[in-house]
Amino acid sequence: MGKTRGMEVSIAAAEAVKQADVDVISAYPITPQTHIVEKLSEFVANGQLEAEYVTVESEHSAMSLCIGSQAAGARTFTSTSSQGLALMSELVPIASALRLPMVIYLVNRSLSAPLSIWNDHSDVMSIRDSGCIQLFVKDGQEVYDHLFIAYRAAEKQEVLLPVIVNLDGFLLSHTFEPVEVMEEERIRQYLPPYRPLYTLNPDKPITMGAFAPPSLFTEAKKAHDETLKASHPYLEKAWEEWAVISGRRYRPVEEFNARGAETIMITMGSLSETAREGVKILREKGQNIGLLELRQWRPFPQEEFRQGVKGVRRLVVIDRAVSPGSTGGPVASEICSALYGMEDQPSLENYVAGLGGRDVTVEDFLNMAAPPSREKKYAFSIHGAR
Amino acid sequence: MFAVKTLTDREYLAPGHRGCSGCGQAVAVRMVHKALGQRIVVACATGCMEVISSPFPQSSWEMPWIHVAFENAAAVASGIEAGLKALRHKGKIDNRKIKVVAMAGDGGTADIGLQALSGALERGHDFLYICYDNEAYMNTGVQRSSSTPYGASTMTTPAGRIQKGQATWKKNMMEIVAAHHIPYAATASPSYPMDLLGKVKKGAEIKGPAYLHILSPCPPGWGIEAEDTIGLGRLAVETGAFPLYEQEEGKIRLSLDFDKLIPLEKYLKGQGRFRGIDQERMDYMQERVLEMWQDLKRKAGLRELRPSRFRKEGVKWIRTS
Repeated sequence: MGKTRGMEVSIAAAEAVKQADVDVISAYPITPQTHIVEKLSEFVANGQLEAEYVTVESEHSAMSLCIGSQAAGARTFTSTSSQGLALMSELVPIASALRLPMVIYLVNRSLSAPLSIWNDHSDVMSIRDSGCIQLFVKDGQEVYDHLFIAYRAAEKQEVLLPVIVNLDGFLLSHTFEPVEVMEEERIRQYLPPYRPLYTLNPDKPITMGAFAPPSLFTEAKKAHDETLKASHPYLEKAWEEWAVISGRRYRPVEEFNARGAETIMITMGSLSETAREGVKILREKGQNIGLLELRQWRPFPQEEFRQGVKGVRRLVVIDRAVSPGSTGGPVASEICSALYGMEDQPSLENYVAGLGGRDVTVEDFLNMAAPPSREKKYAFSIHGAR
Repeated sequence: MFAVKTLTDREYLAPGHRGCSGCGQAVAVRMVHKALGQRIVVACATGCMEVISSPFPQSSWEMPWIHVAFENAAAVASGIEAGLKALRHKGKIDNRKIKVVAMAGDGGTADIGLQALSGALERGHDFLYICYDNEAYMNTGVQRSSSTPYGASTMTTPAGRIQKGQATWKKNMMEIVAAHHIPYAATASPSYPMDLLGKVKKGAEIKGPAYLHILSPCPPGWGIEAEDTIGLGRLAVETGAFPLYEQEEGKIRLSLDFDKLIPLEKYLKGQGRFRGIDQERMDYMQERVLEMWQDLKRKAGLRELRPSRFRKEGVKWIRTS
C-alpha cells in the first residue's frame, strides 16, 4: 500500500500528474488552479518529471497546444478554471471530436460577471455539450485517484475522448487532507504507457480535422454521441480495476443511505461531503432520507440513476449553477429528463446553492431537506438569495 | 540551392483540390512542399487552403496534416513540436528529424492568430510558420483584414461615395516578427519560385522559429484574371509594394534589388479592387511605398534610390516601360 500523507489537494493533484508520467503539460495560470501547475513546473524544473512544460500566453493556446501534442502521440495534461475554460471553450469540442484522450483538471470557479474567484459549477456547465467525459470528485483522495482512472479509461482505443475531472476551487483545491499516494509500481501496472492509435507521423501520414459536408456532419455527430455513451463500461472497468489496487471503489452514482429512502438528495462535487453530515443528522431524527452523489456527469448514467431513485417519493436536487431563463438548474433539468416516462415519478425540488463561493452548511442542507409546507410536484429556488 | 532540373517531380499537394483557377496560394503551397519534402507535420489554420483541400473523406495532403481552428495554427504547431520533443527525449519515437510547419492566411496570422503566433515565436519553438497573404478574408467572400492594402475595395471596405476602400495601411508583419528576434524571417512570392524554394529550405533547416510571408495573389478577391496571378506577383515586387527580403540575426538582406522601380500605378491598375482610385490616393500610396523601399534599403545597408525627394524631382528614376 502507498503512504498516506496530509497534503494540500492541489499538490496531491500535481503528484498524480507526475506519477502518470505525462509527456506534455501546457497551462496558463488562473486562480484557483495555480497551485497545481506551479507544483508541476517545479517537478519538471527539478527533473522529477520528464515532460515538456509549455508556458503559453493564454488558455486558448494551452488547449490548442494540448490538441497538437496529443495528436503527435504524447500523453498530455492541462488544468484551468472559469474564464480560462471559457477562453479554451472553442477548442474543447474540437479536442473531443478529434478523439484526443487528454486529461483536464477543471478547478471549478464561477464565470464572470460579477467577477468572482470562488467556487461554483457555472464553468463546467458552459461546456456541458462539448462531448468530453465529465466526472466530479468530492475529496482529495478522489482528486488524486481520478487522474489515473481518467487516463486509464480515456486511452482505451474504444474511448479516445478527453476527460474533465471537476474539483471544487478552494473548497477542495486549497484544502489540506490526508491522501494516500500510491507506489509507483502499482501506478505503472494500472496505467501502462500510452499507445496512441493514430498520430501525426510522416511514416504514416493522415489528415486530421477535415471538414464535413452536410451529407456527413450528422453522421459524425451521431458517432461522437454513441462513442461517448459507449465509454460508460470502460469507466466502470477503470473504477473496478482501481479498486483492486487501491481498495477504493467508485461508481457513476454513489449512494449514501439511499436504499429504501423516501427522500433523496442529489449533489455533485464537494457538496456531497457536507450533505452526508446533513443526512446523518436527519436520519438520527427519524427522517427517511438518503443521498445520491452524481460522479459521472457525462456520459449521463441513466440506468444507474433510475435504479438509484426507484421507489423514491421526493427528490431534492442541489445545483451549483444557474441556467438563467430555464425552469431549473442544469442538473435538475437533466434529472427531469432522466425521470421522464418513469412510473411513480417522485416530486422534485431544485435548489441552486453555493454560488460564487457562498458556503453551504450542514444547516442549509437540513433546511433544504425539510419537507415543503405545501406538496408540489416541482419547485425551484435559489437557496439563500436575499 | 534549387534549380528547375533538380526540383522533385513528387507532388505533396495532390491535384483535384478545389482551389480557384489561378490561385496564387495553391501555386505557392505546391512549391513550398516541394522544398519541405515528406518528413514534416503541418498544422493548418481554417481558411481557403483548409477548405479547398480537406473535404472529408478526401484530402490533398500527402504528409501528416491537422486542422484545428482559425486562430491557433502557431499554438497547435507548438504542441506538435513539444509532443515530438518529449517523445523523442523519452525514447518513444526515433531520432529522425521531423519539421513542424504552421500555415495560415493573413487573417489567421495578422488578425485573429497574432497572439498565438507571438506566443509561439517568443517561446522559441523549433518550427516554420508560413503566412500565405492574399490580403483579405477571401474564404468568407473578400472582407478586409489588417493586411489588406490601403485603397483596396473589399466587401467590408467598399468603395462608396464617402469612404473609398481600405482606409488604413497594410500591417507590417515582418516588423512584428522581427521584434521577437527570431533566427529567420523572409518574404517570398510564387512569382519567384527559386527564391521561394531557397527561403523555405532555409527556414526549415534553421533551429528555432522561422517565419515566411508569401504574397498570394487571389483572382476573385483582387479582381484579376487567372492568368495574371504570376505577372501581378512580379509587379508587386518590382514596384516595391511587396519587397523580397530576408531578416537574419538582426540583419536585412534584399533578395531582389532594383535601381529603378516600376510605378505603383502599373501594379494597381490591373486589379479590380483598386478600380476608381483617385490620383491623390495613388500619389499617397506611391510615396509611402517609396518611403518603405528607401527605409528597407537603408536597413539593408544599400544606397537609397536617388533623388531622395521623389515626387518633386519628377519620375526619372522610375522605370516606365
